[in-house]
Amino acid sequence: MHELALTCAIVESAEDAASGRRVIRVTLEIGRLSGVMTEAIRFCFDEVARGTGVEGAVLDIREPDGRARCRGCGAEFATPDLYTACRCGGLDLERLQGLELTINSIELAEAA
Amino acid sequence: MCAICGCDGEAKPSVLDLQTGRRTAIELPAHEHVHADGTRHSHPPEHQHGHPHDHDHGHNLDHGHDHAHQHGTTVALEARILAKNDALAQQNRGWFLGREILALNLVSAPGAGKTTLLERTIRDLRDELPLYVLEGDQATANDGERIRAAGAAVVQINTGTGCHLDATMVARGLAELKPPPGSVVLIENIGNLVCPALFDLGERAKVAIFSVTEGEDKPLKYPHMFRATDLVIFNKIDLLPHLDFDLARAEANARAVNSEIALLRVSARTGEGLDSWYEWLRREWVAAREATFA
Repeated sequence: MHELALTCAIVESAEDAASGRRVIRVTLEIGRLSGVMTEAIRFCFDEVARGTGVEGAVLDIREPDGRARCRGCGAEFATPDLYTACRCGGLDLERLQGLELTINSIELAEAA
Repeated sequence: MCAICGCDGEAKPSVLDLQTGRRTAIELPAHEHVHADGTRHSHPPEHQHGHPHDHDHGHNLDHGHDHAHQHGTTVALEARILAKNDALAQQNRGWFLGREILALNLVSAPGAGKTTLLERTIRDLRDELPLYVLEGDQATANDGERIRAAGAAVVQINTGTGCHLDATMVARGLAELKPPPGSVVLIENIGNLVCPALFDLGERAKVAIFSVTEGEDKPLKYPHMFRATDLVIFNKIDLLPHLDFDLARAEANARAVNSEIALLRVSARTGEGLDSWYEWLRREWVAAREATFA
């Protein structure tokens, strides 16, 4: 389950960026075609965050839908998966959206 | 990369040098923090956070912010989740490039015949190509032993509970294997078509071994792996007369996910089609050497 390794990386990055302050929110972007289950990330998150400065933080996950542009005819269209061809039959697609795997921001608690 | 979280039981990742019999635990890199004022400090990776930060640091005004820009209480990061693994993989890639080494990441479902293909390749090419193997499995050195018996230097990486190799494990494995300049390093990943797709190891190419005893729709079911793959080797084609497997359809499915994918048909058991794989390997070997001074 690669989501556990990803969650470890998320918590580690958040903690590094927090510089010792408590993290109260972590905002991620996990595209619907990224191959990562957001449910599994949520499942791991509380456990991985326990005992760190990220413990108890709210996990905010945006899930962009898949979009691609056909390199053959130039059409731009929604892609529900990674194998649907363009209407012109083209398979050489530029993936515009849906593969995101990023940690966008963290929110810190006000310093006491 | 904290790939080892969750395995704080007995199953710790380790590398085993099959030449010397020496087993070394893979230690996590020290966990480094960068404070807002640019001060760096690190501590061992045990998760004992919440330690007091009682050291005094002067506030140097022209400190770097390490790509974190603070706006009120929100810190914008906009970083790839896998940034750390990607950076380590690039380090491995540079290591290979500087030594004119061809590194390949071999992936497949369990039982597709990765180890058998490697054994056969080593027996056929060991006088021609300097072949070195990093063998990944959750547990046991069984496959490492097979590779050694076939005649190649090999280091077994056991991931413990990990479902994929990551760039750190490969770096540790290389430190043990010490492949010489100009060699070919074949990295046999964990048998798994899901997790290894996301973790760059620093290889020049990914090679997927696809047994014809699997379903033709594997590329559609596991599109991430086939998207990331440069070459698919259909293996066990000697069994085709006994199966309903439609090879042309499986190939079309692989192309649907990755229009640039290269396809080969072999039987590692009978040797059929292996010349095409060896040709591909020789070409990549030359290309990897030429890339060094490109």
